[in-house]
Amino acid sequence: MKPRLVWRKTVNAVMLSLTAVCTVITVAALFVILGYLLYNGSKSLDWNFFVKLPLSPGELGGGMANAIVGSVQIVGLAALIGLPVGFLAGVYLSEFEDKAFASVVRYVADLLNGVPSIVVGIVAWALVVVPMRQFTALAGAIALAVMLIPIVTRQTEQFLREVPNSLREGALALGASKWRMIATVAVPAGSKGIVTGMILGVARIAGESAPLLFTSLGNQFWGGLTQPTAALPVMIYQRAMSPYDDWHRQAWAAGLVLIALVLIANVAARLVLARGVSVPRG
Amino acid sequence: MKRLEVLLPAIAVLVATIPAGSAQRLNAAGASFPSPIYQKWFGEWHNMHSGVEINYAPQGSGAGIKQLTEGTVDFAASDMPMKDAQIAALKVKAFHFPTVLGAVVLTYNIPGVNTTLKFSPQVIAGIFLGTIKKWNDRALMADNPGVKFPNDEIVPVHRSDASGTNFVFTDYLCKISPEFKRKVGADTKVRWPVEGLNGNQNPGVTGLVRETPDSIGYIELTFAVQNKMPYAEIKNAAGNWIKPTNESVTAAAASAKMPPDFRVSITDAPGKDAYPISTFTYMLIPSKFADPAKAKVVKEFLQWMLTDGQKQVAALDYAPLPKEVVDKELKQLAMVK
Amino acid sequence: MATPVAAQVTAVRSPSQTGDIIARLVTLVFAGCILLLAGLVVLELWQGSAPARSHLGWNFLVSSDWNPVTDQYGALPFLYGTVVTAFVALLISVPLGLGAAIFLSELAPAGISSGLTFLVELLAAVPSVIYGLMALFTIVPLMREYVGPFLNATLGFLPFFQGRSYGVGYLPAALVLSIMTFPFIISVSREALLAVPREQREASLALGATQWETTWKVVVPYAKLGILGSVFLGLARALGETMAVTMVIGNAADIHVSLLAPGATIAAVIANEFTEASGKIYSAALIELGLVLFCLTIVINGFARLMIVATTRKGSKRS
Repeated sequence: MKPRLVWRKTVNAVMLSLTAVCTVITVAALFVILGYLLYNGSKSLDWNFFVKLPLSPGELGGGMANAIVGSVQIVGLAALIGLPVGFLAGVYLSEFEDKAFASVVRYVADLLNGVPSIVVGIVAWALVVVPMRQFTALAGAIALAVMLIPIVTRQTEQFLREVPNSLREGALALGASKWRMIATVAVPAGSKGIVTGMILGVARIAGESAPLLFTSLGNQFWGGLTQPTAALPVMIYQRAMSPYDDWHRQAWAAGLVLIALVLIANVAARLVLARGVSVPRG
Repeated sequence: MKRLEVLLPAIAVLVATIPAGSAQRLNAAGASFPSPIYQKWFGEWHNMHSGVEINYAPQGSGAGIKQLTEGTVDFAASDMPMKDAQIAALKVKAFHFPTVLGAVVLTYNIPGVNTTLKFSPQVIAGIFLGTIKKWNDRALMADNPGVKFPNDEIVPVHRSDASGTNFVFTDYLCKISPEFKRKVGADTKVRWPVEGLNGNQNPGVTGLVRETPDSIGYIELTFAVQNKMPYAEIKNAAGNWIKPTNESVTAAAASAKMPPDFRVSITDAPGKDAYPISTFTYMLIPSKFADPAKAKVVKEFLQWMLTDGQKQVAALDYAPLPKEVVDKELKQLAMVK
Repeated sequence: MATPVAAQVTAVRSPSQTGDIIARLVTLVFAGCILLLAGLVVLELWQGSAPARSHLGWNFLVSSDWNPVTDQYGALPFLYGTVVTAFVALLISVPLGLGAAIFLSELAPAGISSGLTFLVELLAAVPSVIYGLMALFTIVPLMREYVGPFLNATLGFLPFFQGRSYGVGYLPAALVLSIMTFPFIISVSREALLAVPREQREASLALGATQWETTWKVVVPYAKLGILGSVFLGLARALGETMAVTMVIGNAADIHVSLLAPGATIAAVIANEFTEASGKIYSAALIELGLVLFCLTIVINGFARLMIVATTRKGSKRS
């Protein structure tokens, strides 16, 4: 009996410590990425990066001001389009559901969520770039909005559902109409989660590069709604793939800026959420 | 709800900062071969005329031609003159305007070799056909006495995108090697017999050669110089070993007879000082612009480019256009509306 | 949660009732937008690929000759590259991810478990292009200088590890993809493991099993649907990944057996060649590739959801 037990106990110890090793490796991946970006990016980040336009490879002192502004414009427009649509669709799914239709919409939203970003780029190209015969920030924004909508819809629905029914019934019992109840009671109660979902969704699309490759393309100068526009993720890609050391430095700097924004948004959103729902449960 | 009421207007304000179209904006795309000088030119033009922004996106000659055909750019750039079929596909006829002369050089990264090597045409064809497999091949050693080549396999680096530079290089190889012409042919994209690596545009190939030991690639001279990479001397048709310089490229252009539509190939030129892999590169300008303001900008730019702009090219290792070519182009410029 | 309209049933149609009707209508329209969007996606992919589909037929999926110059389009190299990189990525990330999920659900105290899970989930928020940037300057040189020769020397008898590594190729791409799939595998598997009722563990331990035996033989099999779902989620993500893969796969439109060789995936070839695809059939062929990828990810995502839903249902039934 003894040797068998010893064997089993050894296996137990070994395997459990292996799982700890697995955890260390996977968590370490995050720290390696952050560490590298911090080290390489901070070496290369300077004031020029934020205010100057890009220069050709031989010339030093260029920056990515147009890409930063361009990203803000494209993501901002995508949010302007995608947030209301996603929010209202989520409200519908949670408050007004008509069984069959709602489950179809829910399923389709999940489907849309899984569409690869490059395919979204193709669709936006076909729908916006081709008729306009122009690469535009608008096309890029539409591509990103298509990715944003399913995320916001599901998040809105999920957090609205978590609002206890007692709140709703209380409002209705006091004579409020349904839409007033939704607007003044249900949505504010779920607002923490809803806003979190919106922030996370916007942070996700802000980092996307593939949908912008053939919609908003890029620009050496300031872009615009109906012009090709530079965006931070696309610039990182172009700079990284070039052979110039100066451009590599810029890619690291841009990478640091991008990941800082995305991670701050993510951490902030989750902290807001962790502080609990603004309404006591049950 | 309140938060949304604040968020949405804030976003709207941000989006409204999208600059209005008061500036004259043009979009162009195409070859990466001349992109260093084009970016310099367009940057200068913007400095001289602050209301004008000509945005040039280097994407490869093939992409430039495609976008010109689809009308998503105002004009394009290509190292390869358009084929007849491509010209036929254009809705608005376009003119070829040669802009500069440049050299396609062979750059290499061989461990232990720091000197300028000499490649004969047969060696180059052999490497890219796969008949010469290792660096210490006899033919290579014969042309480069005293150089210690390693016993490594050669890694050719090709262009992965539809490239005018690719066309110029394969055009040269077809001329000096009937076997290459038979097996591969000349185009912006070809099926290379040896696999090797593929890079996107001139910078992509440059980066790959720089990082990969035992590699060899074909890029424009400027990229090799900017990245301090070695490039080879090549034996030309007259039998001389020629280093790619502005002078040798100009010599190659001198022997060419320029047809009226400017579509010409000057690879393997006969002159005794001619660099064998030289080429003109072109801007493809529509003959008629829908927007007269854009036509005006383009014409002014081209006028400047053909005269003052030419003075800047030598600093970036391109050769200026011969005077006869410039004169012919100025006449063609008058036909752009 | 269904608040019946009965709460507002009155004989007279009050203004608030019209308000409700409008509210329902407005939100319905926006919900319908989602259907519209999905329809547009499918429509554009289908129509855009029509010239290629009619010209090439089924040959598209089985031919490995991708030659835009002669208008030959065979998608096999890209299908192969997509599947191989995703498969190898999962081969790496599933054991690691499952191991970490087991640690986080069975061994770690609750606070540390949620803290570490939060960190791992942050990996999912890192943009793809940043993974590519990292991989380009760390994995690629390492692969070329050390890992490639090492694999040649040790496992070179297998066709998968033969040939020289240039730094870019299937294996580096698979490595990046494996890191990108960690958060999905870990997060969902951990949830599935946590959902296993305590009684199962306690029963096993009461019978004298060690903790590992309990975990491996009782808990994991109980949660296997959820774990499988997480694998499919990770797979769907890996298949559709564009930027990180494009930057390190080497862009060679051929099939290679060796993992050290360069290749291409569907997403990578679309990203690279879309802007230069001249001619009706070339663009349409790329759009058809997009259609294939779309269908592939939809199907796999569908499976994943089914499995995850089945787990939660099973968990609530049994306990």
